[in-house]
Amino acid sequence: MNNLKIRQTESAAIAAIIASHNKDSTGLMDILIDVQERFRFVSKKAVNIIAEAISIPISEIEQTLSFYHFLSRTPTGRYTVYLNNSAVAGMMGRDKIARAFEKEAGCKFGTVSEDGNIGLFNTPCIGMNDQEPSAIINQRVFTRLSGEQVIKIVRAMKNGAAIDDLPGSGVQSNIIRPGPILTIEAPTAEILEKSVCRGPDDVIAEVRAANLRGRGGAGFLTAMKWQLCRAVEAERRYIFCNADEGEPGTFKDRVILTERSELLFAGMVIAGYAIGAAEGVLYLRYEYKYMTEHLENVLRQMREAGLLGRAAASKKGFDFDIRLQFGGGSYVCGEESALLESAEGKRGEPRDRPPFPVEKGYLQQPTVVNNVETLCAVAKIMLKGADWYRALGTAQSTGTKLLSVSGDCGRPGIYEIEWGFTVNDILRLVDAKDVQAVQVSGPSGTCIAPKEFNRRLAYEDLATGGSMIVIDNRRDLLKDVVLNFTDFFISESCGSCVPCRAMTIQYKKKLEKILRGNGIGADIDQMLSWEKVMRVNRCGLGQTAANPILSTIRNFSKLYNSRLRGDIEFVSEFDLSAAVRESCQVSNRVPGSGGK
Amino acid sequence: MNKPLIATASLAGCFGCHMSIMDLDDRIMQLIELVEFNKSPINDIKELSKECDIGLIEGGCANSDNIRLLKEFRKNCRVLVAVGECAIMGGLPAMRNNNASISECLQEAYIDCVSVQTNDEGLIPNDEELPMLLDQVYPCHEIVKIDYFIPGCAPRADLIWDVLTALISGKKMELSYECFKFD
Amino acid sequence: MSILITINGCEYRAEPGQSVLETAKDNGIYIPTLCNYEGIKAQGCCRLCTCLINGRKTTACTALAADKMVVETNTEELEWIRSTIIELLFVEGNHFCPACEKSGSCELQALAYRYRMTVPQFPYSFSAKDVESAHGTLLIDHNRCVLCKRCVRWRPEPEAPGWFVFANRGHEVRIRFAHERAADFDKSLAQAAMDICPVGAIIHKGRGYDIPIGRRKYDQLPIGSDIEQIGGGHE
Repeated sequence: MNNLKIRQTESAAIAAIIASHNKDSTGLMDILIDVQERFRFVSKKAVNIIAEAISIPISEIEQTLSFYHFLSRTPTGRYTVYLNNSAVAGMMGRDKIARAFEKEAGCKFGTVSEDGNIGLFNTPCIGMNDQEPSAIINQRVFTRLSGEQVIKIVRAMKNGAAIDDLPGSGVQSNIIRPGPILTIEAPTAEILEKSVCRGPDDVIAEVRAANLRGRGGAGFLTAMKWQLCRAVEAERRYIFCNADEGEPGTFKDRVILTERSELLFAGMVIAGYAIGAAEGVLYLRYEYKYMTEHLENVLRQMREAGLLGRAAASKKGFDFDIRLQFGGGSYVCGEESALLESAEGKRGEPRDRPPFPVEKGYLQQPTVVNNVETLCAVAKIMLKGADWYRALGTAQSTGTKLLSVSGDCGRPGIYEIEWGFTVNDILRLVDAKDVQAVQVSGPSGTCIAPKEFNRRLAYEDLATGGSMIVIDNRRDLLKDVVLNFTDFFISESCGSCVPCRAMTIQYKKKLEKILRGNGIGADIDQMLSWEKVMRVNRCGLGQTAANPILSTIRNFSKLYNSRLRGDIEFVSEFDLSAAVRESCQVSNRVPGSGGK
Repeated sequence: MNKPLIATASLAGCFGCHMSIMDLDDRIMQLIELVEFNKSPINDIKELSKECDIGLIEGGCANSDNIRLLKEFRKNCRVLVAVGECAIMGGLPAMRNNNASISECLQEAYIDCVSVQTNDEGLIPNDEELPMLLDQVYPCHEIVKIDYFIPGCAPRADLIWDVLTALISGKKMELSYECFKFD
Repeated sequence: MSILITINGCEYRAEPGQSVLETAKDNGIYIPTLCNYEGIKAQGCCRLCTCLINGRKTTACTALAADKMVVETNTEELEWIRSTIIELLFVEGNHFCPACEKSGSCELQALAYRYRMTVPQFPYSFSAKDVESAHGTLLIDHNRCVLCKRCVRWRPEPEAPGWFVFANRGHEVRIRFAHERAADFDKSLAQAAMDICPVGAIIHKGRGYDIPIGRRKYDQLPIGSDIEQIGGGHE
């Protein structure tokens, strides 16, 4: 009787969740996320109910469900702890925190406590690199964790405390050096008025004159993307803002979303106006779920002010609104076509191109996907003009760049700099000493040594999506950083292309062999030769997945050479005593070769 | 000039590769004109008595004695050739890798298997003379450096002939498509 | 509108909507592939068909032939990349050829023969993978699956959903059968699924080893020979 009641409640709750979202594949991510949050997993029964309600085969729901890191088919605990295990978290003492969690919760990472109360899981960079060690517990972010705090948190969880009542410090924005983009100068209404009073082509022309390039990392000309999209005949067009900020070490978008969300939304309205879109979608990584209320509030206020909705920004005939779309935990969804697949309720597998999203994007309609920072720049360009913007930065790299700086430095946080600053300039600003290496643009970027610190951040020299991780001389670069990044790419591959899925594992095996002191020169040559194979992967993730190893082989060859065995041409890692251990135990014998 | 010395051994294999050598038929006569056999199951010479030019290894490494013998061959053979799928990749014995633990394997072999007639006490042989099973079956090239690989299960006699004659004459190997098989 | 495309230095005519791979095939040029299959929507998964198309490395199965396109299919580098991808697949799965129903007619094995792969440059993973045999007519051996997604993209009835999906991600990706509709999966579908599978991962139960050694698909001639014979072969 009791069981029946519970089951009915579950069905009713799931039905209510489904009712609040699109009843087709485009609502699938929202439904799965809500079910996950409500029940802490997505049961078989839930899948069946969803399949029935939105007319999608069970197996297809499972293929989406099983793709995303934060969606689980098994219970993850009433309290689900996701502790960041990225390289910088490790540098800031994450292992100690992990041990404290395990000790207090009484279960290991990757498992749920016996009573089903607490689940401990690892997760890649959650966008809090300037305040590590940090964790997400049921969507709430806990930063700068200490051992004592973990004890208090776990005790409160054991007592059934509400998430908001758990002791912990919130997320800090740490804007250390604001620049033109981050400086608030005019009301959003004024920015939009200045934009929509001009024709869409005129808006595109202004952005083109500013020479604005995509700030996500690829650096494609924003105006050209818009123009291409606008040129395609279509019933509907979409503007997507890519806030799937998954590159380890990047957190600038999180700060914009927190501190300058109206500016971002203004940029989306302008882009929507320019390309002729009626709908804007802000696609956020699941790690930023905690911002939902804040962002929805801002959007509501904008609607109330007439900046969104029918006749948006008081422009007759321009109906435009923005909605939020969350991902489910997947780095590759930062790739624009994978992002669109995800928004359509599918696995985040990048698409074959062509066609590009500007031709066939979301729901096969022309779609522009722009980075958060790009859209903020758009709003500022429309406010202050292309000439003003072009005067910032270098000739080829106009404007400014937001840097997320973390790692071994005195002042981690957000720095807005004009393009053209050297790495040395940044290192001085952030108070970094005794620097061994700087990881520029995250694991998919490049790891540079001091001899290159005079290089300038610019598309024409050292391009960057904004992540800068400072690594000082105390660190074991290969073990603490390169191995961690390699693991990251292994777990974030979508699994579609063979080299990305399988070669990353071979890279890891080689690196581990070298770390064990068994590497030889041929191992390095092989790893370099495999780069050609990595380059044929479909998307940027796959193509750059070996960069942590390749760029350190190139820039830190001494570090590798010092760990190689120069004396021999063949190394077997076979260990006879380890290999016979089990058979000794089973047959009750002492290790030996047996026989003669 | 002395004839090149050849030694052969079967590790964790089924002797099928050696049968394939026998399959050379009348070419065996030509072969013994060209080479001299040292340790080999074919002539039943039990020990390596000299340094050899060519060592042929059938089978992967499933137990401690396979390791010992393989290392001995590597030490005493100028050129070491992995012959057949088992030597190259573990072959069918390697199907136990990551599938069954040692105790499951021994339990099945000596106690549970339908062909076991009399083992009422449920004994697993543990005589010190017996080699010890390894945690998995290893391809030979993961233990020692292997110079050449002859694929097949068993390798076609023609392929073995082509490789051996090329090795002896120092000519370039031409591996014909019809002979190049993994089964 | 006529499309003229240059492949390996020779000019050929292509039909609108035709992929580079199909164009090459029609003209006797074989481009190796594992994931592409006639009648199944192309998706560059295996990356084997990567060619230099207008100087850029692009999968020939997904690239549509365009006028004045210049394609190189078989540079030394491309061939090396292909043989390396094949080696990767051999160590990623557990390919015990002597014990496989598909041996002799397996496209992965045939490609390894074509490239004369004696031993992969990578260590074997011997990873633990399942064999699913619960279904009446279907056996799925994940040890042999190369995750080419042919079965996932396969639509025997164009409007109906497919029979297989992809589950998980990265190196944990597996094909999954649509168990909820298992009762409708009859013998002819099982045979068709087995036929589209390039390897022995999908097996129609009760069938296997029915062609004698020597007469199997790739026993005598390398994979691609049929294509190369059409155009008299290249070079």
